[in-house]
Amino acid sequence: MATGERSWQRPTVFRSHRIKWTVYAGLIAFFVWSAVGIGFDPARVLQGIGNTAVLVGDFLPPDATAREFDRIVAKMLESVAMAMVATVTGIVVSVPIAFMAAENLSPKPLYAINRGLISVSRAFNAIIVAILAVKAVGFGPLAGIITITFKTVGFFSKLLAEDIEDIDMGSVDAVRATGSSPIQTLLYAVAPQIIPRFAGLSVYRWDINIRTSTVIGIVGAGGIGSVLLTAFNRYDYQYVSAILLSIIVVVLFAEGVSAVVRRRYQ
Amino acid sequence: MATDQPSWERFDRRRRLGRFVAVLVSAVIVVASWQFMEIGVVDPNTVPREIADLLTRMYPPDVAYTRQIVGPLIETIHIAALGTAGALVLSIPVALLAAENTTPNAATFWLGKLIVTVSRSVNTIIWALIFVVTFGSGPLAGAVAIAFRSVGFLGKLLGEEIEEIDFGQVEAIRATGASSLQLLLYGVLPQVKPALVGLAVYRWDINIRDSTVLGFVGAGGIGVQLFRAVNAFAWQSVAMVLLVILGVVVVTEALSAYTRRLVR
Repeated sequence: MATGERSWQRPTVFRSHRIKWTVYAGLIAFFVWSAVGIGFDPARVLQGIGNTAVLVGDFLPPDATAREFDRIVAKMLESVAMAMVATVTGIVVSVPIAFMAAENLSPKPLYAINRGLISVSRAFNAIIVAILAVKAVGFGPLAGIITITFKTVGFFSKLLAEDIEDIDMGSVDAVRATGSSPIQTLLYAVAPQIIPRFAGLSVYRWDINIRTSTVIGIVGAGGIGSVLLTAFNRYDYQYVSAILLSIIVVVLFAEGVSAVVRRRYQ
Repeated sequence: MATDQPSWERFDRRRRLGRFVAVLVSAVIVVASWQFMEIGVVDPNTVPREIADLLTRMYPPDVAYTRQIVGPLIETIHIAALGTAGALVLSIPVALLAAENTTPNAATFWLGKLIVTVSRSVNTIIWALIFVVTFGSGPLAGAVAIAFRSVGFLGKLLGEEIEEIDFGQVEAIRATGASSLQLLLYGVLPQVKPALVGLAVYRWDINIRDSTVLGFVGAGGIGVQLFRAVNAFAWQSVAMVLLVILGVVVVTEALSAYTRRLVR
């Protein structure tokens, strides 16, 4: 029989194999365009890798004089302090926005406005926000606090609003049926359902804020970042790697604390 | 009798005490932090007024400036795309090292974890500072910085996916006498492919946002234009750049969410 010859082709998620190859070809063409666009040149890449290897030699070992060490500690404390204060202010600002951005509790126009606010906060990188904050209120940790507060709102309100949208509306109706005011409904029907997630989210955001607070100093918004930029500009690479090491240690510590707390709450 | 009155409380005494202590400690830390920064008492009028002042100067956005930002904007997208592609290539060996079931031995496992940790703990902008020194300023340094930052993210999450695969399939492929490359291609890859695509797209979305600031340290992209406008106090141009960034970010986020829904 002619059909005795059987052939098998791996199935594909695309509608047909032709679509699959078209998509792949399109992606590759895009990457080639990107490579040409940014002046990708293998010789330059190899040279860059060579330079990086040399630079790594300059980085090692991490080293800081006693005065530099004190400076790292002081500025790192400033970073952590900024993150602490801004986490609290950020959460305070986020909670009402989260309620207004929850589809099941909020009227349509209010919902749209607050979702827009969240998108804006999420769209801009902390560095951009920090530059604007520095221009508005001047150099120093106050600009940093404003930046981190603003960035916290986008993250915290979005996730909290999603949790509020997932609550059991039955208990809301039950509390409402007792004749409670809107405030009482929020306090006794909505709040108890979101508190565990709230605690987890707060700690998670605190962890991210510690990370953010270590870099925004690069544009003058307080914290260890300014020390890092100065060290870089002086080509003092051993000092740079000491600073980087301190950042890595602090970030890992915060991540560890946040992971432990979140595991206990969830 | 007083004790006849049943009273109900949501938490027992120990938990209430624990809560009280936790709140107290946090309050003390926050107040101490505020004192430490020596900002003092901020006049509640000045900050909102200064911010409002900045925002009014931004209005209306300078639409004519758009022509000058299209080029840098495309460059930003290129940086994000190439950085993500490079990170994807680099992250596969890292993920294989950092996954408990595919790593050859304990030393390679810890090497994988070390790469993931260092890459993730150092912000993109700091990576960019380093690579601008070695690759020279320009978008290439930016793409390398994006790639180095993303390797940790992709390596970690991909490694976790690899740890959860069904090893029976890998054993089955091995029983056919496959080489280790074939094992990876036919035993491991098909099981993590949806996650791989989803993670790559997700990271690409984050990278678009990250690559908007690379210009600040000379690593190319729309950031160059943004900082030039900020330093010239051309607030209306700044507003236009911000609007364009917002538009691009919203589009990429929608695209990334759509693709991730497809592969899930």
